[in-house]
Amino acid sequence: MVEPILSVRGLQTRFFGTEGTVRAVDGVDFDVYEGRTLGVVGESGCGKSVTARSVLGIVDRPGKVVGGEAWLTRADGSRVDLFRLPEADMRKVRGREIALVFQEPMASFSQHYTIGNQIAESILLHMGVDEAAARKRAIELLDMVGVPQPDRRVDEYPFQLSGGLRQRVMIAMALACDPRVLIADEPTTALDVTTQAQILDLLRHLQQQRGLAIILITHDMGVIAEMAHDVAVMYLGRAVETGPVADIFARPQHPYTRALLRSIPTVMAKPRTRLPTIAGSIPHPFNRPQGCAFNPRCSESLGAVCAAHEPPAVTADGHEVRCFIHGGQP
Amino acid sequence: MSATVNAERYAMATQRQLIWWRFRKHKLAMASLFIVGLFYLLALGADFLATADPHATDARTSYIAPQPVHFFDDGHFAPYIYGLKGVRDIKTFKLVYTVDTSRRVHLTFLGHGYPYDFLGMNTDIHLFGLADAQRGDGIFLLGTDQLGRDLWSRLIVATRVSLTIGLVGVTVSLFLGVLLGGISAVYGGIVDTLIQRSIEVIRSLPTIPLWLGLAAALPNDWSVTQIYFAITVIISLLAWTDLARVVRGKFLALREEDFVLAAELAGASQFRIIFHHMLPSFASHIIAAVSLALPAMIISETSLSFLGLGLRPPAISWGILLQDAQNIQTLALAPWLLISAIPVILVILAFNFLGDGLRDAADPYG
Amino acid sequence: MIAFVTRRLLLGLVTVWLISMLSFAIIQLPPGDFVDAYIAQLSASGSTVSAEEAAAMRQLYGLGQPIYVQYGKWIFRVVQGDFGESMEWRRPVTEVIGDRIWLTLLLSFSALIITWGLALPIGIYSAVKQYSFGDYAFTLFGFIGIAVPNFLLALIVMYFSFTLLDANVGGLFSADYLLAGWSLGKVWDLMKHLPLPAVILALGGTAQLIRIMRANLLDELRKPYVVTARAKGVAERKVILKYPVRAALNPFASNIAYLFPYLVSGSIIVSIVLGLPTVGPLLVKALIAKDMFLAGTIVLLLGVMTVIGTFISDLVLMWVEPRLRHQMD
Repeated sequence: MVEPILSVRGLQTRFFGTEGTVRAVDGVDFDVYEGRTLGVVGESGCGKSVTARSVLGIVDRPGKVVGGEAWLTRADGSRVDLFRLPEADMRKVRGREIALVFQEPMASFSQHYTIGNQIAESILLHMGVDEAAARKRAIELLDMVGVPQPDRRVDEYPFQLSGGLRQRVMIAMALACDPRVLIADEPTTALDVTTQAQILDLLRHLQQQRGLAIILITHDMGVIAEMAHDVAVMYLGRAVETGPVADIFARPQHPYTRALLRSIPTVMAKPRTRLPTIAGSIPHPFNRPQGCAFNPRCSESLGAVCAAHEPPAVTADGHEVRCFIHGGQP
Repeated sequence: MSATVNAERYAMATQRQLIWWRFRKHKLAMASLFIVGLFYLLALGADFLATADPHATDARTSYIAPQPVHFFDDGHFAPYIYGLKGVRDIKTFKLVYTVDTSRRVHLTFLGHGYPYDFLGMNTDIHLFGLADAQRGDGIFLLGTDQLGRDLWSRLIVATRVSLTIGLVGVTVSLFLGVLLGGISAVYGGIVDTLIQRSIEVIRSLPTIPLWLGLAAALPNDWSVTQIYFAITVIISLLAWTDLARVVRGKFLALREEDFVLAAELAGASQFRIIFHHMLPSFASHIIAAVSLALPAMIISETSLSFLGLGLRPPAISWGILLQDAQNIQTLALAPWLLISAIPVILVILAFNFLGDGLRDAADPYG
Repeated sequence: MIAFVTRRLLLGLVTVWLISMLSFAIIQLPPGDFVDAYIAQLSASGSTVSAEEAAAMRQLYGLGQPIYVQYGKWIFRVVQGDFGESMEWRRPVTEVIGDRIWLTLLLSFSALIITWGLALPIGIYSAVKQYSFGDYAFTLFGFIGIAVPNFLLALIVMYFSFTLLDANVGGLFSADYLLAGWSLGKVWDLMKHLPLPAVILALGGTAQLIRIMRANLLDELRKPYVVTARAKGVAERKVILKYPVRAALNPFASNIAYLFPYLVSGSIIVSIVLGLPTVGPLLVKALIAKDMFLAGTIVLLLGVMTVIGTFISDLVLMWVEPRLRHQMD
């Protein structure tokens, strides 16, 4: 069996606010493999983005990773737990081995430096080259991600670029130091549909070329279907179902996954029918329901057992689900 | 459990309640609200609390140091102060008043003093008085100035003047600010540009020289009241710009909000949208801006009067009292004259904390 | 970029024009024309003015003609450097003002530098270490700086240095150099006297700028681009200094445009308390004595000075903010 590049077990991240503690991520496990994409899907506020930031150790205060392990296989074959790495060593992982691409390309760039400067920054930091070489590499990267006239664009500011170009530049910046894992946090949400497709194509192309492991965070089941090899469905800080993409789409097991899949509009649907929605709304983070967190909204609830106990993970054929319908003892 | 209740309470609360809850959490702002309230109460009852006519001069009580009040006489509660006696200085032959510890003058409560008007009534009742005072005796809690006037009485009458001049001034600025800021936001285009550029120009003027110039041009024969209003107007003329910017900024931001669009789609009139939907949502911001503008107003008046170009004697304000403390020789002789600085600092500090607390509370969901 | 500079320059010119009108208004405000006032002043001091002389003066200043003609004549002479005659001093206004205008500029500018130098690092510290002991201490200092008007601060400093240190902190020169011509020794003497009044003058503005810097930086620290920089593996200190601090400089720089007029204003009142030989005491004396040409000229010069200062800080702003540089070109 192939070793995962990144293996996360029991990740717990909490936010210690003045009004109480929020368990943003509450025991998440996943593995990411070379050349494969893990899609993390869920509604907003389910802890997708916090998961990504936790792995890199850049959760904003008052958030803090309080438990779990994140084993990274480094280029030299050694394995390290990111959560126990000293800050100075962790900085060598960020940008160098694991890179991040964000949702809002505009807000994610500083408007006060040229894009060349911002791309070259991590090259200078990690690759030990001089400024001229870093600039040359920045231009190559821009060319690679399909930015036209890269030698001119390199000296422009982010506000001078279009949204799609900005996201390409963002990807170029993430790939500057040849990372092995790329975390893309809603990389296409802020873009229009055609640009979205181009960016996804680019990501897929780069993955094939370089064997990148990608963690793709999205709320869009369509993007998952197109991009992911494996899927983790998150609800209120937990991964409720994980498995290969084909399996999840063909045989969704958790009621939440099924509800998510039902609520995708398709061209095949009968005209003028209502799109099914998930009843109720996501509970306030302070009010995490007892038992299975999805129970209050679940149409297939088993009643008392779901309300009182948290369902354990049940695994069959690499397909893991946390729901009493599929077994497991309280 | 309590989190659930809280969350529900939070979701059900009106905008005003939310602001109040958030404001209440600001301990400093709450304390400041209390201090500001106290000062305005003092201002309201200034004459009642005064122990002597603030205008009455007496050369013999010149520069008396603050006199402590002794509360117990022979073990009984009977507040008294020591009397004063005149001693001829052997070298200069000047009559100098010193404390005479052999003579105890008792305080009376609700005694009669100088007459004044209070809420339309003419009365001469004061909180304290002296039982059997001889000439020159007085309750000089904070000492006296060169002309023998009681600093405590002058200070609290000055408080009334300085605090109200701030209120009147802010009212004028608020009117100008809301009007011009509103016009600027509603009409946009050339009108907006014109008003915005004017604001920039006004803000880049050095204010004190201009105030001084305008204030100096006020005729010498104007009455105290006329000068009072003229100074208020002069200060407000340059002070409305901040309020106008707040109003315009909020107005423009709100116009983009969905609830305004919803009101428009529901067919609400422009007037109704502005006054029913938009104004309540930025009223709190205006109140915060006002409470930050008030101290600036008070400083302006104090500065002008301090330089002798604001209110003029016989008017009494903080600036006028501080004018007496301008000279280092005088200060060395009568350091208690600097006491007038304490309420200035206290009130300005309190208004700033209050304004800050209000501004933070004004964004209840922020 | 050119559009921005042009706009600022035009605005500056409009401001100068407005200030010139206000200054002229100040000269005109006292009842009666100023030749009357001049004659009254002269006869009070014992000398007389003949009717011809008076008529010649009225002719010169265009009195009796429409107000805009008078303004025109006045501004025409001002542009040529003739600001008129001080009635109280009986000397040309320019001579009376002399070095004082430069000392005012020096004082205000020093205060500006001190304000910058203090507010920037303290603001950064307070935002990065939000709710730390240092943050609370600086916040308290900031509130006091705002609440104590600078003339009061000057009074208090003067009182305590007098009673505790037995030192008179007033003035910008020692007695030896007061009337002496400019020399290296005098400049050194000035340098020794300048810091205290400059710090007193700077404190109010510093307190405000600290709050502005802190608030802006707190906003910027939450922006996604900070996370981007962290995700690149940049060290925390460099992340903060390179990105959010740079972004927070923009409102900081644009506030300086309003800081300078504020400091010039403040310098007047602080100078009076501390007895500094700037135009401040001269202005107040001139206004009280209704020496209007002197007063009007000082207001005009101070106004023009702030406009130039504001324009310079606009250029600084443009240098800080690439978006402004790239607008419309």
